[in-house]
Amino acid sequence: MKLPGERLDGWTSIAIALTAGYLLMVIWPLCMVLIDSIHSGEEFTLAGFAKFFSSRLYYGTLVNSMLVTVCVTALALIIAFPLAYFMTMFRIRGNRTVQMLILASMMSPPFIGAYSWILLLGNNGMITRWIEETFGVTAPSIYGFPGIVLVLTLQLVPLIFTYLMGAWRTIDVSLLEAAESMGVTGWRRALQVISPLLFPTVLAGSLLVFVRAFADFGTPMLIGQGFRTVPVLIYSSFVGEVSIDRSFAAAVSVIVIVVTLAVFLIQKYIVNRRQISMTALRTITARRLNGWRGVAVHIYVYSFLTLALAPLIVVVFSSFRNTLYGQFVSGFSLDNYVDSRRDIIRYAINTFSIGLTALAILVVIAVLVAYLTVRRRGILSNTLDTMTMVPYVVPGLVIGIALVTTFSQEPLVLTGTFTIMVLALTLRRLPYAVRSTTALMYQISPSIEEAAISLGATKTRTLVRIIVPALAPGILAGAVLSWVTIITELSTTLFLYNTSTQTLSLGIYAEVIRGQLGTAAALSTLLLVLTMFSLFLLMRLPGNRENMV
Amino acid sequence: MTTITLRALRKEYGDQVAIPNLDLGIRDGEFFTLLGPSGCGKTTLLRMIAGFNTIESGTIAFDDEVVNDRSPADRNIGMVFQNYALFPQMTAAKNVAFGLQTRKVDKSENVRRVDEALGSVHMSHLKDRLPGALSGGQQQRVALARALVIRPAVLLMDEPLSNLDAKLRVEMRDAIREAQRAAEITTVYVTHDQEEAMAVSDRIAVINLGVVQQVGSPSRIYRNPANIFVAQFIGKTNLLNREVHRRDGNNVIDFGDGVSRDVTATIQEGVAGQVQVSVRPEAVRAASEGLGAEVIDETFLGSHSQVRAQLSTGEIVEFLEFSHRPSRWARGDKVSLALDFEMLNFFDAETGVSLMRKTQA
Repeated sequence: MKLPGERLDGWTSIAIALTAGYLLMVIWPLCMVLIDSIHSGEEFTLAGFAKFFSSRLYYGTLVNSMLVTVCVTALALIIAFPLAYFMTMFRIRGNRTVQMLILASMMSPPFIGAYSWILLLGNNGMITRWIEETFGVTAPSIYGFPGIVLVLTLQLVPLIFTYLMGAWRTIDVSLLEAAESMGVTGWRRALQVISPLLFPTVLAGSLLVFVRAFADFGTPMLIGQGFRTVPVLIYSSFVGEVSIDRSFAAAVSVIVIVVTLAVFLIQKYIVNRRQISMTALRTITARRLNGWRGVAVHIYVYSFLTLALAPLIVVVFSSFRNTLYGQFVSGFSLDNYVDSRRDIIRYAINTFSIGLTALAILVVIAVLVAYLTVRRRGILSNTLDTMTMVPYVVPGLVIGIALVTTFSQEPLVLTGTFTIMVLALTLRRLPYAVRSTTALMYQISPSIEEAAISLGATKTRTLVRIIVPALAPGILAGAVLSWVTIITELSTTLFLYNTSTQTLSLGIYAEVIRGQLGTAAALSTLLLVLTMFSLFLLMRLPGNRENMV
Repeated sequence: MTTITLRALRKEYGDQVAIPNLDLGIRDGEFFTLLGPSGCGKTTLLRMIAGFNTIESGTIAFDDEVVNDRSPADRNIGMVFQNYALFPQMTAAKNVAFGLQTRKVDKSENVRRVDEALGSVHMSHLKDRLPGALSGGQQQRVALARALVIRPAVLLMDEPLSNLDAKLRVEMRDAIREAQRAAEITTVYVTHDQEEAMAVSDRIAVINLGVVQQVGSPSRIYRNPANIFVAQFIGKTNLLNREVHRRDGNNVIDFGDGVSRDVTATIQEGVAGQVQVSVRPEAVRAASEGLGAEVIDETFLGSHSQVRAQLSTGEIVEFLEFSHRPSRWARGDKVSLALDFEMLNFFDAETGVSLMRKTQA
């Protein structure tokens, strides 16, 4: 005898509806890409794959991408580990501000970083010109491999750093004291005791860095020039600099998905075998470091901060410079803003209307999926959970291609609409939102819900009155972070927009490509201000400073 | 005012049978405790009564009305959880008011009853605090008020004291008992702590492996345990293996060292052979003559001491001594132990079932 309302209830219908939605909006489009990759006209063909591996022009991009990704991941780890170590173990002046600024540099759009390093070190860059005028020598070129690695590393160090700082909070100080009592201190302790404890976190962080670096499109597009990575190849073959070859673009997309999926699975396998569960009763407290060590540590932290913030400062500075035919000339004014005010207003309206709509849908779906996966374990919720993670391993550009391929034909034509922009951004951010909401949901004891039901509340009332309010601070913090990533998203929406749905970040990209550097700087500044303002709000939220990522 | 009747209840988790076949009757207004070791199925049973766990077969009835198909929200229960389960975003007063709001009680009545409920658990002064700003004991008081304010037909408590420290536990169990008496609500209480169970309950059901071992008042269960499991789980006991002899038409047990006892009137007719004798520590005392033993150690516990001694059979017997004595026992001391035969219990050596003639509680 089963009790009614125990299994079959409103939640089952919600799970079915969400699953159906996911099948239609994610799985079907991705299947279309898969079909495209092995179809040309009406017949089955592997020509796309054959073409990719036939010429160095094509498979070389995969080599390039791997090279960039591996270098960036390694460099980011090497730089981030001491950074997190110093920030945790020692008292750093302005610790909180430093952490905030590092977070800010992480959340700023990567293509702004690329663009701004061009302003600094490009052919006509400020530093390049200064070196030439002062020393009369040609400065090393920023374009290509070094530029991409520089920009992505600076962008992604904060990501691993944030992960590490979180993991550090779970290490009990007694572990360090135990090591010390056995005579293991300093760097030996950091390597022998702390590193293994942080290993799972480091691996999780590295995966994220790997996926982001591998899938990043804006940076190599702007700063790569002749050095082409896979996303750039996908873009150019899909949009067609020379000729449009959808089958080829689809084939490359499939290869990219296979690579990221493989890395993801390997990482999962390793992490599952090395799972460590810890909670700290006493967390590590920072101690003062005197003498040259103290100075050295400060130099390290602040040097990184300077490098990470330099692009942002340059962009803001440049936005006030005078321009002529898009190029910077001497003198300062507000012309860049005033001249493009009509575009600015259009971009801003689109950014807010599309972004906020996507955010609202995102939060609702994330709460529902998190509830289902935590409280209603079953085949359906597990499927749903797995499906929401799909966009995590599929690069934004590929999602964009999948959506544009599927929804530009009958029965559902959505290309160029507001709807498809919202859809793309929601799908893109869902894995992250679902993950953080699920983590929050796990913190709420099932008995809280049972208490509400025992007091006579219905399931809906329990969700609306008890669960959501209890999660609210965490959801709000997560929503602000989602919002920031939504407004800075570029690759997913690149194929989907038209002038009536162009957002700030798409506007910046278009202006840079068009060579309107002044306008691009002005737009970038606005986007940065918006980002910083959102992060500032996040910092002011009650309680939830820990809830990053 | 409600009675609870459980008939032929069965609960399975996959292939595991948690509760094979269980019958229980809980009286109106009674404080009834489900007591057993962890994993015995007592919490499962409580959650079945609440409606949070499904049942495979059987019936649960409140006042002869079967509630199997009613959701927990419709069973009119008040529930108190081990981890308090207060709504973290609501103040103490709002937590208590929640159940009244879902019952659409009007505003002024609502406020009055919340004040009354918080007052009854001595929490009125902290009604505007969030749960995070309350201690464990205070949170549990609010949880109790929240469960009682809706005037439920049945109050269900799942190990409500196990997260509290020892001193607070004693204080809270008195508060719970007091509140339950005042409200006269039929209460089902789950605990693994036999002392706590004896302190608060009108009747106790001792459960092991999903099977009810014995139901009765605390004193009945302590004095006349139905089987060895109950004897050992409730309080402490020494178990001695002895044999029942027929001697001159009577049943006699030889304890050794010349100590024997006629048990004809105590144990059931026709019993012979091996039995297990349960001897509570307080039924043993050092005397001038009795069973010869050698002291192993004495553990000082404040008001009294526990002394362990080894019989010539090799069996170890524990007994109690008050602390205000001129001397203490030392290892190796010789002692004679006298038994209080009125307090002994006899069990079948194989099945562990009590061999005592039925007596009144």
